[in-house]
Amino acid sequence: MNHRHDRQPQPQAIDEDVATHVYLCTGCPLGCRLEVDAVDDEVVEVRGFNCRKGDRYGRQEHLDPRRPLSTTIWIEGAAIRRVPVRTAEPVPRDQLVAVVEALRGLRIAAPVKRGEVVVADVLGTGIDVIVTRELPAVGQRDHLTTGQDPPASEA
Amino acid sequence: MPITGQLRHLEADYDVAIVGAGPAGMAAALGARARGAERILLVDRDAEPGGILLQCIHSGFGLHAFDEEITGPEYAQRYLEQVLEHDIDVLTDAYVMDVGPGGRMKLMSPTVGVTGLDARSVVLAMGARERTRGAIRIPGDRPSGVMTAGLAQRMVNLDGYLPGRRAAILGSGDIGLIMARRLRLEGVEVVGVFELLPHPSGLMRNVVQCLDDLDIPLHLSTTVVGIHGRDRLERVTVAPVDDGREPILERSWDVDVDTLLLSIGLIPDAELARELGALFDPVTGGPVVSGTMETTIPGVFAAGNVVHVNDLADWVSREARVAGEWAAALATGARRPDEDVRLVPGDNVAYVVPHTISRDGTHTVSFRVKRPIHGPTMLRIGEVHRRKVRAVVPAEMVTLQLAPRMLEGWSGAVLRIDAVPAEAVVR
Ligand code: SF4
Repeated sequence: MNHRHDRQPQPQAIDEDVATHVYLCTGCPLGCRLEVDAVDDEVVEVRGFNCRKGDRYGRQEHLDPRRPLSTTIWIEGAAIRRVPVRTAEPVPRDQLVAVVEALRGLRIAAPVKRGEVVVADVLGTGIDVIVTRELPAVGQRDHLTTGQDPPASEA
Repeated sequence: MPITGQLRHLEADYDVAIVGAGPAGMAAALGARARGAERILLVDRDAEPGGILLQCIHSGFGLHAFDEEITGPEYAQRYLEQVLEHDIDVLTDAYVMDVGPGGRMKLMSPTVGVTGLDARSVVLAMGARERTRGAIRIPGDRPSGVMTAGLAQRMVNLDGYLPGRRAAILGSGDIGLIMARRLRLEGVEVVGVFELLPHPSGLMRNVVQCLDDLDIPLHLSTTVVGIHGRDRLERVTVAPVDDGREPILERSWDVDVDTLLLSIGLIPDAELARELGALFDPVTGGPVVSGTMETTIPGVFAAGNVVHVNDLADWVSREARVAGEWAAALATGARRPDEDVRLVPGDNVAYVVPHTISRDGTHTVSFRVKRPIHGPTMLRIGEVHRRKVRAVVPAEMVTLQLAPRMLEGWSGAVLRIDAVPAEAVVR
């Protein structure tokens, strides 16, 4: 195993207040190992970066790590069973699983348009969940690219 | 906007016919239109254009093509909207049976039946397929539950089924990493990713966001040496490997899983080029191409993963646009440039695309390194161009721009591409 997979964050006590957390910069293939010294939420210093991007990334990762999130939900009346959705913006890392779970049982009906909001302000994050693919209703034959009959609706 | 009408009538001849309507094919079609081709046909075997993008629901697409980070389906749809605006014939559910010399194409579809057509230029844009278990010969039983990561991706994202309850992943390619996260978020237990090499094969950002974030262990220099289970997979045996990549069986251990995903690489899906007798690059597994993305068969172009496996759809589209533009140019009477300079891999470079270039054009030169260099690296194109970068890894394709002014005053015939530690460069 190499340095890339060190668990993080791993606080190491330096003195009573300052703890060092390790993050891996994803800004470029170099993958700098960033050491962020912080007193709780106050970043004292970021070390180990090779460019300014790393300094910024280290602070962001420590204070408010966010990730893009995509999943799929059930759709009725379309040519396929699942429609892809994503959060309009990255969500806090520790809420990834919760957001997917909140969307799991969701069912919508075709037609849907790209960018359509399916859940507003998911779990109070202030972030909407949007559809990422247009799906016409199967009845609308003219809108299909396929010349075949659509499969029976799941509904 | 609606997707597209059903194409029920094909012209007897086209300026440019494109096989495959993924990120390469759609960009090639737009390139062909921009360069003045009139009749353009885009053929795909699936029910809808988009190719593999439709199942890649994660973000990470579009940063270069649209200056915005979007998901695969969104990337596909944006391209498709442009394709339809430009009045390009799109034939889906169609299978290209044969491409003959001189652009005679035979295809089959439910709407047009078995049809022949003549294309002045052909662009091959079929993408890549996944390597399967047969490619690496893992001994053991043949139970269900062993599948490629891309198949699992399709199952989960398009069909809405989970492949199992407890999964291991062999290979740390990007699709495998992305599926580790996807399955974990859907409640599947992902026991670990096993990678033969001492470094991950996928992008760094996927290692962090797909594995580290979710506490999924990555076992480097480790591989699967046995598969056990009668009907359904029950267990895999994994073992560390030595420096020669030989498994150390005394140190093997068993992992109980009902699913094993294989993310062990992609290979160009270039059968049509092979049947045509095009020259191939043994390293990329795709056809040899010139700076205009033409194969060694005149009038037959190729671009994207069918030529070499890219790590970003954006690069695929950029390269395919060049192919589409030249396919159109040649179809409408332009002269083929003199491709008298060869690009060859040098120090620490596995392959280079394109394989030949002309002196008077601007070219994007793409290549992959063999070994990672975790520090300042000098990239060199012969004596004519060099650029320093922070680091290089095999997982990330490297590109350099080669402009005519760089070749001014240079009269050689071969340019060697090197990627070496910057300190080692002697001027
Ligand atoms: S700090 Fe800069 S050099 Fe280091 S990985 Fe991040 S982006 Fe790359």
